[in-house]
Amino acid sequence: MPSFPEAAHDAVRNETLRGNLRHATHTIRDKRAVAVSELDDWAQLREAGMRIKDQTLRHLDRHLVQLEKSVTAAGGTVHWAADADEANRIVADLVKATGESEVVKVKSMATQEIGLNEALEAEGIRAYETDLAELIVQLGEDRPSHILVPAIHRNRGEIRDIFAREMSEWGRPAPEGLTDSPADLAEAARLHLREKFLRAKVGVSGANFMVAETGTLVVVESEGNGRMCLTLPETLISVVGIEKIVPTWRDLEVFLQTLPRSSTAERMNPYTSMWTGTTDGDGPKTFHLVLLDNGRTDALADEVGRQALRCIRCSACLNVCPVYERAGGHAYGSVYPGPIGAILTPQLRGTASEIDASLPYASSLCGACYDVCPVAIDIPEVLVHLRERVADQGGKGHRLEKAAVKAASWVLDHPSVLAAGERLASATRTLHPKRLPGPGARQWTESRDLPEMPAEPFRDWWKKNRS
Amino acid sequence: MRVALFATCVNDAVYPSTAIATVKVLERLGVEVDFPAAQTCCGQPQFNTGYRRETEPLVRRMARAFEGYAYVVAPSGSCVAMVRDNYPRIGARAAAEGRGPALAEAASSLVPRTYELTEFLVDVLGVTDVGAYFPHRVTYHPSCHGLRMLGLGDRPRRLLAAVKGLELLELPGAEECCGFGGTFAVKNPDVSAAMGADKVRHAASTGAEVLCGADNSCLMHIGGMLRRQDAPQRVLHLAEILASTEEEPLA
Repeated sequence: MPSFPEAAHDAVRNETLRGNLRHATHTIRDKRAVAVSELDDWAQLREAGMRIKDQTLRHLDRHLVQLEKSVTAAGGTVHWAADADEANRIVADLVKATGESEVVKVKSMATQEIGLNEALEAEGIRAYETDLAELIVQLGEDRPSHILVPAIHRNRGEIRDIFAREMSEWGRPAPEGLTDSPADLAEAARLHLREKFLRAKVGVSGANFMVAETGTLVVVESEGNGRMCLTLPETLISVVGIEKIVPTWRDLEVFLQTLPRSSTAERMNPYTSMWTGTTDGDGPKTFHLVLLDNGRTDALADEVGRQALRCIRCSACLNVCPVYERAGGHAYGSVYPGPIGAILTPQLRGTASEIDASLPYASSLCGACYDVCPVAIDIPEVLVHLRERVADQGGKGHRLEKAAVKAASWVLDHPSVLAAGERLASATRTLHPKRLPGPGARQWTESRDLPEMPAEPFRDWWKKNRS
Repeated sequence: MRVALFATCVNDAVYPSTAIATVKVLERLGVEVDFPAAQTCCGQPQFNTGYRRETEPLVRRMARAFEGYAYVVAPSGSCVAMVRDNYPRIGARAAAEGRGPALAEAASSLVPRTYELTEFLVDVLGVTDVGAYFPHRVTYHPSCHGLRMLGLGDRPRRLLAAVKGLELLELPGAEECCGFGGTFAVKNPDVSAAMGADKVRHAASTGAEVLCGADNSCLMHIGGMLRRQDAPQRVLHLAEILASTEEEPLA
């Protein structure tokens, strides 16, 4: 995966992509602003969400043990997965034990994070995505580019073409003469998916929340496909990040208000499904919960970075981010794009690779993401903190940069040297070219003129006129 | 009343006219201005690029340079935001890493005394009409740090609206980042330029002659794009508009 600036280079020049993203993000952000402004206690809800999450993370071990007890008591089985490989192996083994070779899936960030579909495919198991946008991505052999709207980078015409071309390969073909009207596209997806829901014996989901006191899992969604996957199969396997836990039902009251308004700008999401273990004669007969770490305890150990684990995946930060809007989700090289991805991914995966080392710099630190975050994650603070980690580890560009910063800091700690430098720059100002060579300077002057230096620096004017 | 001018390094070296304008506006309002020459840079570029420890000597220097002043005033929202938001963090981390409480105390002592120019004019001096005259069509770009970290709100617009002869035009997408972001413009040149291009396009749509801002680093980026395109618009710092009077009008 190339670094963020390289990956963004092409996206910025793709007019269709830029247009699709601008239209979608601006529509959602405007609606969200209205939905949020309806509540006069938004600030308190945000504060409460932050505190509940922080408090829970501080005692995560205790809450997880309680959750395991509750899930087990309710007839479920809990599995612990330290990383992606372990989680994938657990799920593949559980599916194989049922004798099935197909599963239906609820849209889930955790299973995308670990590459579950590909891992199952390697074991001869086909996973069908049932969320409309995930279906578009899967049929298009594409990658998701947004947490909530994975196909945000596609327009209606592109979706029609994908459906017409690919649906027959996966099951029920698209109706003849499919148009690009939303109703037609939705109906094609509905018919295609219904077949899958009714046939599947195994469902795989994630969860938005896990309630420790009762062992209840919660999924909020808009289409109803999630509820089908959660209730129709005989076996249900839920893969959930360990940070998704809340201690009590009471805590949900906060997030069930802030999540829908922040994500889809709805007062309440259309479907809220909750399941607790198994019940005779109703829903899946077998329930497995795979608790996923995959770098989360490392993030938890970082005092500044751990606030990223508060994230409830609403994606409000993506929709207001000017960088995401221009670069698109794929440039982030992870299932978590946008501002939250820029701080979450380098913590979950480390900063060794080129893409992961470039993510903390994929922001102008404008702060719009922090403003909209319903759990008050100070994303700019974490970005700068992670930049320090990247700068410390050295590597491409950073050794030279560190030497330059050290030299500059020395000059700035010696005002007389600084003043001499300013005077020199002013004295030679007629000689300064408009475009500069060298890394950084060249890029800067590719699209902008440098300012002309003044006849004298301010400190000299002050000396002559005021002191 | 006596205040210390925190000119900021960019204004000192590249935009002295902004610092001079700040001095003139404050003096016109009866304020006695000092320029402590020991000041250099607040350390924002270093800190935001990931060099926190290299920033510490500059934090110490700033605290010493402005010791004893009840008010420190800067014509830059982002430099003031650096002091207000990040100095306490830098101090706390230094203390946590065993470098004693001195830096933390010095850093936080600056926080309540440091003001961005429009905050100082509106909140401390209690004026919105500073007696300025600037007969031009102007649109205002609120830079991110002033807007979100300091919460300047409508203070800059109120000051501009009170300028005689000035026609204030609303900038579409005003609250969106211009794409400068310090070293962001260097490390992510394509995205930065795309953001800048949209800002320039929005500014042109207003029909304003001048795009005004309160942070010269953003204006360096926007102005540099305008000049490269030979656009008729120019950029001006708010302080320079406020310094312009009927007796001494800014050209």
